Amino acid sequence: MIKIEGVSKIFPGSKIPAVDNLNLEVKEGDICVLVGPSGCGKTTTMKMINRIYEPSSGSIYVNGQDALKMNPIKLRLDIGYVIQEIGLFPHMNIEENVATVPNEKKWPKDKTKKKVAEMLTLVGLDPKIYGKRYPSALSGGQRQRVGVARAMVSDPPIMLMDEPFGAVDPITRARLQNEFLRIQERISKTIVFVTHDIDEAIKMGDTIAVIRNGKLIQHATPSDLLSAPADDFVANLVGRNRSIKRLHLIRIHEILDNVDRLKPAIEDLPLDDLKKKLDESDIRSVMVVDRDNKLKGVIGVADLKRKVGKVAADFVQEIDQAVTDDATLNDALSVMLECGEGFVAVVNEDEQYQGTITLGDLLNVVKEEG
Amino acid sequence: MRRELWRWVFLPLLLILVGVAIVVYGVNNPTDSLVARALTYENVLKSLRQHLGLMIVSMFGAIVVGVLVGIMLSRPRLYYVGRGVENIVNVGQTIPSIAVLALFFTILGLGFRVAVFALFLYSILPILRNTFAGIVNVPKSIIESAKGMGMSPFRILTYVELPLAFPIIVAGIRTAIVINVGAATLATFIGGGGFGDLIVTGLSLRRDMIVFTGAGLAALTAILLDYYIARIEERLVKWTD
Repeated sequence: MIKIEGVSKIFPGSKIPAVDNLNLEVKEGDICVLVGPSGCGKTTTMKMINRIYEPSSGSIYVNGQDALKMNPIKLRLDIGYVIQEIGLFPHMNIEENVATVPNEKKWPKDKTKKKVAEMLTLVGLDPKIYGKRYPSALSGGQRQRVGVARAMVSDPPIMLMDEPFGAVDPITRARLQNEFLRIQERISKTIVFVTHDIDEAIKMGDTIAVIRNGKLIQHATPSDLLSAPADDFVANLVGRNRSIKRLHLIRIHEILDNVDRLKPAIEDLPLDDLKKKLDESDIRSVMVVDRDNKLKGVIGVADLKRKVGKVAADFVQEIDQAVTDDATLNDALSVMLECGEGFVAVVNEDEQYQGTITLGDLLNVVKEEG
Repeated sequence: MRRELWRWVFLPLLLILVGVAIVVYGVNNPTDSLVARALTYENVLKSLRQHLGLMIVSMFGAIVVGVLVGIMLSRPRLYYVGRGVENIVNVGQTIPSIAVLALFFTILGLGFRVAVFALFLYSILPILRNTFAGIVNVPKSIIESAKGMGMSPFRILTYVELPLAFPIIVAGIRTAIVINVGAATLATFIGGGGFGDLIVTGLSLRRDMIVFTGAGLAALTAILLDYYIARIEERLVKWTD
């Protein structure tokens, strides 16, 4: 739990406070997203929690303890910290980077080693492949993962994240966000997350704190923020197309049960049955899976004319992009727009086919919610 | 393995052999009696001993003092002092080495020790400047994430700042060595000895052979030392940015 009470920060040489009498409470296990235009004081607020900046006045409580009275080094050891530039140490390999906090805490070597491997696996990097590499040999997305792993390795109850997914392309960012939310479901950290991107805020936050000119304008759940913005500034920030923004709030698996769609074709389905199935399909396409329900591809009506064969497997077209069932409806929409199709296949983590959703399904959701 | 052996032993050995060949040729083929008297194994060895002595003592002192003062100046509290010192150092570097030696001769007199002291002061400059610049140019984001993870300032210095500044510090040391070898040949003017003795003798006797031997050996020493430091740096720095 984090409690910020009447905190102000005036930087030396400046008359206007960067943060002005700010009150904020973050419940245990919640992600609180601080959002606002650049220079609004959101990063300053976050950095006062681990005392990178010292508040000019006010008090901050971290897990019931007065953070301003604690030894700052001890305080920081129990707060995971990820910044936008990630700040990986270029002279240390990935394992050594992730082991930073355990080394500061003087953990035994074998415990550190085990935990580092575990963390790297958790963020989707094979420790055997990446452990001995240096940061310069990693892609932007991989570095972000290492940054998150490094912050979480000692299992701190609290994490501070300053635009942790800021420096990667939109598709990688969506994937990292989904992965992180999946991890968070398991570990339930108390997280303060800074971003300037309202879409990211709506997607990631249990609560959103809108900050402007160092003042807290509104602190509410994403749903409340969308339906009842406190003033024009917040309304402008969330934008006009609020019903579309709601697509960020809904995960695909939440609507998948309500979507009535044809069962997929097994790959050795005979041609005649396949034709029948295509006739029944509302999207004039049928998904094809193998005996283990793993997605193989799709067959459209046109594919039957283009090729000859006896069973479904002979006609199958590979699918470029499927979405996972924990992605948001907005992610699904992006994939549809990108591929130029009116539908997208949904798989789970193990690439098992879960269903298909269409543009029409999304429209229904927007209609109901709006 | 074979490549390592080549780099650490054979290539330097080749340089040394060139030096030995120069000396052996000079001593055994004197053009006249003047050269024969100046170019003896004894004289050359004495010059070598003195020259290495001048360099090693002054470089060792310069590295210790330069790095320590550079670190001190890079601390946030002394940062602006450091910037000032950096400017003074840059100006100091423009003073010709012969002038530095002359200056110390007028204050401290003649001898090996005075020469060592002058060389020491002159070699500190690039080392100090590079140490300071190397540390203050470590990206702020790296320092901040180290701080945010609970590293103490001393841990940040030893585990983050110094390793990252290391290549730049080494570059400073290499610059200092090259300057030092050249300046050490001037020590002869204030009685410091070294290969300068051979060069000056050769010049005053108008015998190119002696000048060439002294200058050649000084150059080979510089190349050899620089080479080894570069290899050591390669060994220690495994990362690239």
